[in-house]
Amino acid sequence: MSNSAGLFSSSLGRKYLMAITGLFLCSFLLIHLIGNVTLFTDPVQFNEYTRFMSSNPLIRVMEIVLVVGFLAHIIDAIMLTKANKTAQPVKYAMDKKKSTWYSRNMGLTGTIILAFLILHLQSFWYGYKFGDVAMTLDSSGTDIKDMYTMVVAAFSQSWYSAIYVVAMILLGTHLNHGFQSAFQSMGLRHKKYTPAIKKAGTAFAVIITLGFISFPIYFYITQL
Amino acid sequence: MNLTLKVWRQNGAEDKGRIVEYKMSDISPDMSFLEMIDVLNEELIEKGDDPIAFDHDCREGICGSCSMYINGEPHGPEDLITTCQLHMRSFKDGDTIYIEPWRAAAFPVIKDLVVDRTAFDAIIQVGGYVSVNTSGNTQDANALPVPKADADAAFDAATCIGCGACVATCKNSSAMLFTSAKISHLALLPQGKVEAQERALNMVEKMDELGFGNCTNTGDCEVQCPKGISLDNIALMNREFLGASLKSEK
Amino acid sequence: MTKLFDNIPEGPLADKWTKYKADAKLVNPANRRNIDVIVIGTGLAGGAAAASLGEMGFNVKSFCFQDSPRRAHSIAAQGGINAAKNYQNDGDSTYRLFYDTIKGGDYRSREANVYRLAEVSANIIDQCVAQGVPFAREYGGLLDNRSFGGVQVQRTFYAKGQTGQQLLIGAYQALSRQINKGTVTMYNRHEMMEIVKIDGKARGIIARNLITGEIEKHSAHAVVVASGGYSNVFFLSTNAMGSNCTAAWKSYKNGAHFANSCYVQIHPTCIPVTGDHQSKLTLMSESLRNDGRIWVPKKKEDSQAIAKGEKTALDIAEDDRDYYLERRYPAFGNLVPRDVASRAAKERCDAGFGVNKTGQAVFLDFSDAINRLGKDAVEARYGNLFQMYEKITAENPYEMPMKIYPAIHYTMGGIWVDYNLQTAVPGLFAAGEANFSDHGANRLGASALMQGLADGYFVLPYTISNYLADDIRTGAISTEHAEFEKAEKAVKDRLDFFMNNKGSKSVDYFHKKLGKVMWEKCGMARNKEGLEEAIEEIKAIREEFWKEVKVPGVQNSFNQELEKAGRVADFIELGDLMCRDALSREESCGGHFREEHQTTEGEALRNDEDYTYVAAWEYKGDNETPELHKEDLKFENIELKQRSYK
Repeated sequence: MSNSAGLFSSSLGRKYLMAITGLFLCSFLLIHLIGNVTLFTDPVQFNEYTRFMSSNPLIRVMEIVLVVGFLAHIIDAIMLTKANKTAQPVKYAMDKKKSTWYSRNMGLTGTIILAFLILHLQSFWYGYKFGDVAMTLDSSGTDIKDMYTMVVAAFSQSWYSAIYVVAMILLGTHLNHGFQSAFQSMGLRHKKYTPAIKKAGTAFAVIITLGFISFPIYFYITQL
Repeated sequence: MNLTLKVWRQNGAEDKGRIVEYKMSDISPDMSFLEMIDVLNEELIEKGDDPIAFDHDCREGICGSCSMYINGEPHGPEDLITTCQLHMRSFKDGDTIYIEPWRAAAFPVIKDLVVDRTAFDAIIQVGGYVSVNTSGNTQDANALPVPKADADAAFDAATCIGCGACVATCKNSSAMLFTSAKISHLALLPQGKVEAQERALNMVEKMDELGFGNCTNTGDCEVQCPKGISLDNIALMNREFLGASLKSEK
Repeated sequence: MTKLFDNIPEGPLADKWTKYKADAKLVNPANRRNIDVIVIGTGLAGGAAAASLGEMGFNVKSFCFQDSPRRAHSIAAQGGINAAKNYQNDGDSTYRLFYDTIKGGDYRSREANVYRLAEVSANIIDQCVAQGVPFAREYGGLLDNRSFGGVQVQRTFYAKGQTGQQLLIGAYQALSRQINKGTVTMYNRHEMMEIVKIDGKARGIIARNLITGEIEKHSAHAVVVASGGYSNVFFLSTNAMGSNCTAAWKSYKNGAHFANSCYVQIHPTCIPVTGDHQSKLTLMSESLRNDGRIWVPKKKEDSQAIAKGEKTALDIAEDDRDYYLERRYPAFGNLVPRDVASRAAKERCDAGFGVNKTGQAVFLDFSDAINRLGKDAVEARYGNLFQMYEKITAENPYEMPMKIYPAIHYTMGGIWVDYNLQTAVPGLFAAGEANFSDHGANRLGASALMQGLADGYFVLPYTISNYLADDIRTGAISTEHAEFEKAEKAVKDRLDFFMNNKGSKSVDYFHKKLGKVMWEKCGMARNKEGLEEAIEEIKAIREEFWKEVKVPGVQNSFNQELEKAGRVADFIELGDLMCRDALSREESCGGHFREEHQTTEGEALRNDEDYTYVAAWEYKGDNETPELHKEDLKFENIELKQRSYK
């Protein structure tokens, strides 16, 4: 398929799509993490931040783009996995791979992350929008949903925090392979720069993982 | 030394196939791996059994015929060699050795350890060449200087022997290392540059059509390639194909 | 006695090929697609011929026994390809390459063929570069050259130690392009089983599909045999396991003459045999002799101690080492031609100075080069070869001298062809190593690739067109013809025999036995008594083979033992012919060394008076003595001299 409409149905087209959506989702993770830092500053600030995120029209549009990005990443992954399974129908009786475990199991880690995402959305996105959220006051004295308390309460449960920690570690491995892999898929490889890209990918994965883990751990410990 | 072999036996494409165990004794560490199989086959013939079918030809690591998945790795445990260059000193007395054919939907088994790799030829046939006719008056070989670095990189890509180890070891049976090596070899040279994008489009399209899987950048192919063909080539192919797809008017 | 016509065009040597091309008959493009040509073999000669003929518009059918045309054994050539380009401004010219090739061949090749080879050599490099063959280059971007095999100019183009691979891939790609265009139909995993002749002309072949075992009839207006050499008659050689003489042998049995079969080349630098299990020999590039020094101990007890493992090379003092090539040939030293270096090694080992368990190995020592140039420089030149050596032998050649011994490597003899590369059978052509034409009694390094590509790209397209011009009205050849049926039946009968024979010994048993006789009695040195014995022993092997050979499996499926059985049956017959050829040539020249004919110093002694001819043998029947035809070699441009490397 050599026309541009068919570009994304070719094997390489799917790689490009996976790479582009992956990098886009990386940017979302970074913004999400930066926003969440307000959890450590002040409950009021955090609540105002969540209100801004759920009401700003630009953010609402971006939310749709984000959903599309997620869906494209997931659907592309399902199609790729299906094709890849058909490409090797018989498995070896003895198989030793020298590649990393996580580079071979992006589908598995991705699926677990998706399951986590559903739980996460159910708890906070759905809970915030449609759930019974207590009210408090913002800095100007107006009523505002108390997301902060909801988060703190959620993370006080050990099982809930544990799920977060595990999911974030898997996300880290997913990113560690995915970040540099995206550059390779787009053909951006260079003897001089590729090692730096790989290091940046690992650093990014570590920051995202530790960053997101810090919230459940902090709130769990502080409430012991 | 004494060994236990667990060998994939399959009598033709329709047969289901199974692992059969063979005990070997008095194997010299100086033997090559294929010579060890020769010994086993002589024993099988003597007993009136069907010897194990396997592809092999030059036995010096260049023709690309040999294709055994030995103890979980294509061409066995050593790096940068083919099965025919593997020697028994890489194993220990008492070892159990699994020997299987390449596994890929695009490489169906013909018999035992022999697979059909004509899919590779088919990929080359749709564009893995420079379209130049034979004639006694092609321009002088030195009329077009090629930077040494480009010539060397093209050579490195061109050393691919088409054995299929990359496909065999890839969890997705992807042929991207093979395909990209040819795309790179020719795209890096001025002679091949003219058709580079058309070539990338046609070869990738054919590769997809033949049922090879996708690349998920695990890098197993590069590690297992007996000629050390680099992932750089896959990146170059990705670049060529992207540019070609966007520019193509088809 | 029938006379052989070499069909060399008249006129001065340098004008013959130009004149031939100008006068050759052509086939109009519209007629070409109605003409079929079969090409057997996809190495440099076959692959290049099929691609070129396909480009011209002929309907080509290309056959190879391997799973892909890219695997032909040309791929294993390491060193390089000669061409008279004179890029290095060292006085090279077409004439000089021609002269070196004739001299290197010990004055036993045809002047006109060799001159044509030298003439088209430059075109080959142009063609290959245009195809994208990544030859080694200098920093300025121009092509690099190396010197090779004792000539005085740098004319060898190369791609690291993988020149054959790169050239073959070039030809394979050209072939693939034609397959895609539909001008060439590829039949891989097909073995040519028989030539079919109709009214005296080659009109097709019988082939076996090696996957299904099916016997197929293929017709054509011309057949090209480019199936390589017959080194595997020795069982152990540097050839691929599948390399065989069957296509050439079937040509011979159908009326093509087999020429100079005793001319085989022994390569001096191969890894020695380690034991009975050995299946093939591995070559280490001749270029190693540029920096390596060859020696054995001066004292027999040292050699014995090394063989027993009590001493190593490093324990032998400098004064106790015999650098025998430097001693015997001070002018060329370690760089004497292949045949001379090989015989000198054999001489030392036969005298009891060999340095391994079998007594058949000499040292190739790089310690001087490492001291002089540094390890890095040596690694840059030979790194991949050193690594290959270590992989096979588990010894590190940077620290311990390599052990090497000569091995059969190339066969100069082959199917007799005229200037058109046509055999004695009209419409049957032979190209590359399969023919006898260009290398005389000894081939220079880096000339095999040159000849294969010259034949395939630049010679056959003209000469086959010239032949086929008379066939434009013939129309398609029917495979229903009685001759096809007859040939098919003969093939099936032979296969049936193998499958039904209740023998007790495997094919390899006979092949090894034959190889041993050939190596000992028709190898590096031959004598009358040994050759006569060999002929008797081969007769016995042949009888035992047809009685005792055991082929397991079934006929109509993939059956590698059945493939081997047919090939070994032909090798046995060829072995007999080689011994006869060697026996009849009462002189030593090039790769043929008769112990009766040597100087007092042990050098080869040619007999130009009586043996300046090509010995072309004609098949007369299975149990008949073949008939010898002599094609006199006329040297009009070169004066015959005794080779000297002292």
